[in-house]
Amino acid sequence: MQDKSFVPFTEEMKKDYTILVPNMLPIHFKLLLSLFRSHGYNLELLESDGPQIAETGLKYTHNDTCYPAILVVGQLMDAVLSGKYDTDKIALIMFQTGGGCRASNYISLIRKALKKANLAHIPVISLNFNGMENHPGFKLTPKILYSMIYAVCYGDLIMSLVNQVRPYEINAGDAEKLADRWTAALGGELASEKIRYRKIKENYKKIIADFAKIPMVRTDRPKVGIVGEIFVKYSPLANNDLERFLIKEGAEVVVPGLIDFCLYAIYNSIMDYKLYGKNKKTYPVWKFAFWLFNKKKNDISQLIKEEGTFDGWTEFDKIIDIAANVISLAVKMGEGWLLTSEMMELAESGCKNIVCTQPFGCLPNHIVGKGMMKPLKEIMPDINIVAIDYDAGASRVNQENRLKLMLSNAKRIMDTDKTIKA
Amino acid sequence: MANYNLGVDIGSTTAKLVLMDKEKIVYQKYQRHLSRVRQTALEMIKEMVQQIDIDTLSVTISGSAGMGVANGAGIDFIQEVYATGEVVYKLAPDTSVVIELGGEDAKVIFYDGGVDERMNGTCAGGTGAFIDQMAVLLDMTVNEMDAASLKATQIYPIASRCGVFAKTDIQPLLNQGASKEDIAASIFQAVVNQTITGLIQGKKINGKVMFLGGPLFYCKGLQKRFYETLKLTSETAIFPEYALYSVAMGAAMHAENSREIPVAELIDKLENSANSETVSSDRLPALFESDSDYYRFVERHSKANVQNRSINEYSGKAWLGVDCGSTTTKLVLIAEDKTVLYSYYSSNKGNPVQVLRQQLEEIYNLCGDRIVISGSAVTGYGEELIKHAFHIDEGLVETIAHYTAAKYFQPDVDFILDIGGQDIKCFRIKNGAIDSIMLNEACSSGCGSFIETFAKAMGYPIAEFAALGLKAKAPVNLGSRCTVFMNSSVKQSQKDGATVEDISAGLSVSVVKNAIYKVIRATSPEELGKKIVVQGGTFYNDAVLRAFEKEIGADVIRPSIAGLMGAYGAALHAMQFNESTILKPRQLAFFEHTSKTTRCKGCANQCHLTVNKFSDGKTFISGNQCEKGLGAADAKELPNLHAWKRSYIENLKPAENAKRGKIGLPLALSTFEFAPLWYTMFTELGFSVHFSKLSNRATYERGQFTIPSDTACYPAKIMHGHVLQLIDDGITNIFYPGITYNIDEHAGDNHYNCPVVAYYSELLHGNIEELKDINYMYPYLDINNQKSMVKTLLPCLQKIDRSITKYQLAAAVRKAFVAYENYKLQLRAEGEKAVKFARNNGNRIMILAGRPYHIDPEIGHGIDKLATSLGFVVVSEDSVAHLAPVQYVHVLDQWTFHARLYRSARFAVENSDVELVQLVSFGCGVDAITTDEVRSMLEDGGKYYTQIKIDEITNLGAVKIRLRSLLGALEEKK
Repeated sequence: MQDKSFVPFTEEMKKDYTILVPNMLPIHFKLLLSLFRSHGYNLELLESDGPQIAETGLKYTHNDTCYPAILVVGQLMDAVLSGKYDTDKIALIMFQTGGGCRASNYISLIRKALKKANLAHIPVISLNFNGMENHPGFKLTPKILYSMIYAVCYGDLIMSLVNQVRPYEINAGDAEKLADRWTAALGGELASEKIRYRKIKENYKKIIADFAKIPMVRTDRPKVGIVGEIFVKYSPLANNDLERFLIKEGAEVVVPGLIDFCLYAIYNSIMDYKLYGKNKKTYPVWKFAFWLFNKKKNDISQLIKEEGTFDGWTEFDKIIDIAANVISLAVKMGEGWLLTSEMMELAESGCKNIVCTQPFGCLPNHIVGKGMMKPLKEIMPDINIVAIDYDAGASRVNQENRLKLMLSNAKRIMDTDKTIKA
Repeated sequence: MANYNLGVDIGSTTAKLVLMDKEKIVYQKYQRHLSRVRQTALEMIKEMVQQIDIDTLSVTISGSAGMGVANGAGIDFIQEVYATGEVVYKLAPDTSVVIELGGEDAKVIFYDGGVDERMNGTCAGGTGAFIDQMAVLLDMTVNEMDAASLKATQIYPIASRCGVFAKTDIQPLLNQGASKEDIAASIFQAVVNQTITGLIQGKKINGKVMFLGGPLFYCKGLQKRFYETLKLTSETAIFPEYALYSVAMGAAMHAENSREIPVAELIDKLENSANSETVSSDRLPALFESDSDYYRFVERHSKANVQNRSINEYSGKAWLGVDCGSTTTKLVLIAEDKTVLYSYYSSNKGNPVQVLRQQLEEIYNLCGDRIVISGSAVTGYGEELIKHAFHIDEGLVETIAHYTAAKYFQPDVDFILDIGGQDIKCFRIKNGAIDSIMLNEACSSGCGSFIETFAKAMGYPIAEFAALGLKAKAPVNLGSRCTVFMNSSVKQSQKDGATVEDISAGLSVSVVKNAIYKVIRATSPEELGKKIVVQGGTFYNDAVLRAFEKEIGADVIRPSIAGLMGAYGAALHAMQFNESTILKPRQLAFFEHTSKTTRCKGCANQCHLTVNKFSDGKTFISGNQCEKGLGAADAKELPNLHAWKRSYIENLKPAENAKRGKIGLPLALSTFEFAPLWYTMFTELGFSVHFSKLSNRATYERGQFTIPSDTACYPAKIMHGHVLQLIDDGITNIFYPGITYNIDEHAGDNHYNCPVVAYYSELLHGNIEELKDINYMYPYLDINNQKSMVKTLLPCLQKIDRSITKYQLAAAVRKAFVAYENYKLQLRAEGEKAVKFARNNGNRIMILAGRPYHIDPEIGHGIDKLATSLGFVVVSEDSVAHLAPVQYVHVLDQWTFHARLYRSARFAVENSDVELVQLVSFGCGVDAITTDEVRSMLEDGGKYYTQIKIDEITNLGAVKIRLRSLLGALEEKK
């Protein structure tokens, strides 16, 4: 149980404290930050990278802890100790899911690191949706929660479109520039305006149209999906800039969105009720949330399809159905059944080449990643998966060599498919 | 006209060239590149051009180190596994599997049912580099080792996960006197096992298997191991003559699609890229800023000196100290004034007994009649063997030996760091007693021998290699993790054009960081201490010494006899004796030592024993997990809760004449906790309940082919064997439920299982083919709600027997929980009884804490028995947790098993006669969280924290040293 030296983030602190945020999903986090700023929180996204982050992390956490924890602690401590901030006027923030994986302990690990550095007075805010900790100065009001959904939606949309344009754009950098422009504009909107769904839908349309206008040449590129432990999957710092590498090597990258992870987490709360009688009181809330997220996701997908240039998204209900074929939906720690399902869903929707990323020694991935490859290959013999472990000591050459093998096979599969079609 | 295609394969250690004219090979060459990647390729091409008249050619490069060269020079690249795949597909289309072992990679390609190519993961070193390292360890060339292996008579289990683990297994075998022939064959078997678990992973092997790559080409012994393990015949095992060149050939074939260029242009391209030194961004500052910096450093360290005295001039009493370490034997003879008369430091060449015998003869020669050895002491891994062989007066724990020596140089020393060939040891001293001991885990052996092996691989003697490191301008940053990772980091830096100087210095920094952050777990120099003594052979390397001082930002003392401190301490310790029992020259002349191996028949464990026989007729047996095999009469056994729990489960015998037939439960992971519950439930329902047997090595081996993730913990991996054992026994109903939420003991923030325990049932279902043919039940149960359990279980059990009613099941479940609660009550009562026993009899109590499944003899490796043989009464975490209140810890306390761990740690803190030793399975992610927490609980409470990392390793030597260190420290503190 939690110890008594817990330092809450008070209302007093809200006035003039800077809250440092470790980076994971660049686009999404920028949007979320704008949103929180508009509610009076002074947040700052840490965009530092380089080897000193892992090194600082290793210094302040147990070296056998998973790589994301080492990076998160490293990035936060690197900032805290940089001298850039008044250590009496900062707080740190981190997501906490409360699942059975050790990731739920990131908050504790950050606090331990602060203690080691004699900075235990710095409050660490747990951003969670199940009331695990009480911070009077940091409240997720219904309004913030509601706006957060849109930040996630916008983030997923832009990320998906960038991935679909970037490999084919004629003028290198177009997609990213457009993404930056929209991220900035949307951040402002989320912050200032009262949320009107019609306006948001207008935005979706404009975004899709803008991306469709980028001049592109369609070339033959194998599609490569990225799945995995959520942090390593998304964070370029953790996965050695995997997306960029794959694009450089001639692939188109497909990355399932964050909203699917949210839906998965919500679905697990529903399952907890069904299987274990938990969440009796909040069950209706979870059911509503599930319906809401689903609708928001499908609305966007619908608009993408209507415009016609880009691929839309697979409905979450289908992702659930797919999973149930190979793994129990009760497997809910880490990325759980979602990871297995994403691999199958990618393959079924024509993206047979998959990189399954995980921190070295990731516990849930023993089961849902590597443990499911045999059954997946039985169902889909031509699926081309490579599992890559990320770690403070893992060498890039090794990782890239394995990725290259996967890409060689990807190209062969593409060629065979073409011959068959011809 | 000739149409030349050139394939260049640059791997981690060698470069290969193949020049083809259409289908024909016209030139081939194989060379070690010693990390000079670009230059070697260039030289080889130039040499080729001199011999063959070529105008134009097409080129493709392959290989892990070739990637950088290809990029830099703008030449086509093909991934090496892909290249191999193409070659075999063209030249031997009837091949069904290719196994290729390279310098640092292992690859398997399946052709049947669609091409499936696999490479080893990052944590897998059982390859060429591994074989090289092992040969160094045996003091043989690879060829000698290969020849020796063919004469083997038995195979020892050696951890197959990675090189570091294997080393920890081999060292004690060497020290125990096992024959090199057998060890050599065992090493090859480890490589085979690694390939099977890491790459073949349950895929059936039919048809022809082709073996490629250097190690498989050269090592007949390795070939033999593969033959036997995969049950191949000369028909189905193919060793083609192009085994070495397959990748280069594949590249050459691929080059057909590449642009043809003049030879001069190719050389130009390579030359330009070879000269452009690209400095990678990830570099560290130089070790010395200036020459004067360096001179000051040398000056300072020359002070910590111990005087030598000529053995030829001294007469009087002398004392001998021996440190028989894992790789080296050290020996010091001191005079009455503690000056050193004679010292010796050498690799024990796989046979420490012979080394010591020669040395003793030498010493006796030098001593003549002038000097009398008045006392002797031995310490280290080989302590017992040496003590028995030479009748040494006393054996002492390493920690005490080192502390004794360090005190001589720095009377108020408060921190000792010793980095040896295989171990890192650190002791903190408080109030004149050892306050805490930290030793490296098997997995982090980034120690001295690593630098040495690397130096050798790069073609330098260690001393020269170290000296080069001092001059490094920009040491490479290699990370601080396990050596296998470092291997690949070095590879990467070579690709980036790092110099030998930079690599040498980088390795030194890595070793230091590994010690500070991984073993000591310190964040600041103040945490270490004020008076620090560093020692161990590795600190002779000035680059390591300097790197250490820089990293902690303080000056330290390195005694001039840094590598001999254990022996020196032993000698100082021996000064208490006036007359020695050590073998006299006359006895030594007739000294003989033979060793043979046998299996202990004392119990089901069937330990491999090494029986050493000496000329005086005495024997010394090692390799045993307990004292039984030693022929010693069964000493009165001390209470041991691990044993009690095992026998409790073993007494859950299947009911006879059960009307509903048999049901099988794998005795692994959560079954260890819930055995009484399931047993009662199923027995009540009329089943005969069959648990699989407690594990041994064979259990693991039975299932190892079906393990998909080789970095999972051993308790999980052994599960496969248990399931298959049940199936082998003809059980057709197997039950292993998924349990997300563990039993709620209201002692934490939540009550989860870890992901592996919770969901391993899914993995079994997906990966054990045989489960498809039987009724495998793995429902997800709410173990905290009987009603819900009945609801979930009913349909599942009705599949076996439709006559099972809800009423019957509910009653059975009710009784099952009563039985489970009873078991827990008995367990706790038994725990209290053991504590009482210890107090009445003056024994120390050890909480051997871990998870319920750590009581398995193969997982716990008999550490419980070892502890009782050392005089501890052993209790388990779950038998004493109730004696302490629920803990408030600094981490999220959300796993039931861990909450017990924290409470039992509190119990240890509150009782002066209770020690806690934490068992941690390698790869246990959650224990990365718990260990720090338990350690701080114990250390804050003035207790020693002892952690034992366990895996497949069967080496108890290191554990014994650790437990004895603990005992030694406790005794001294008293």
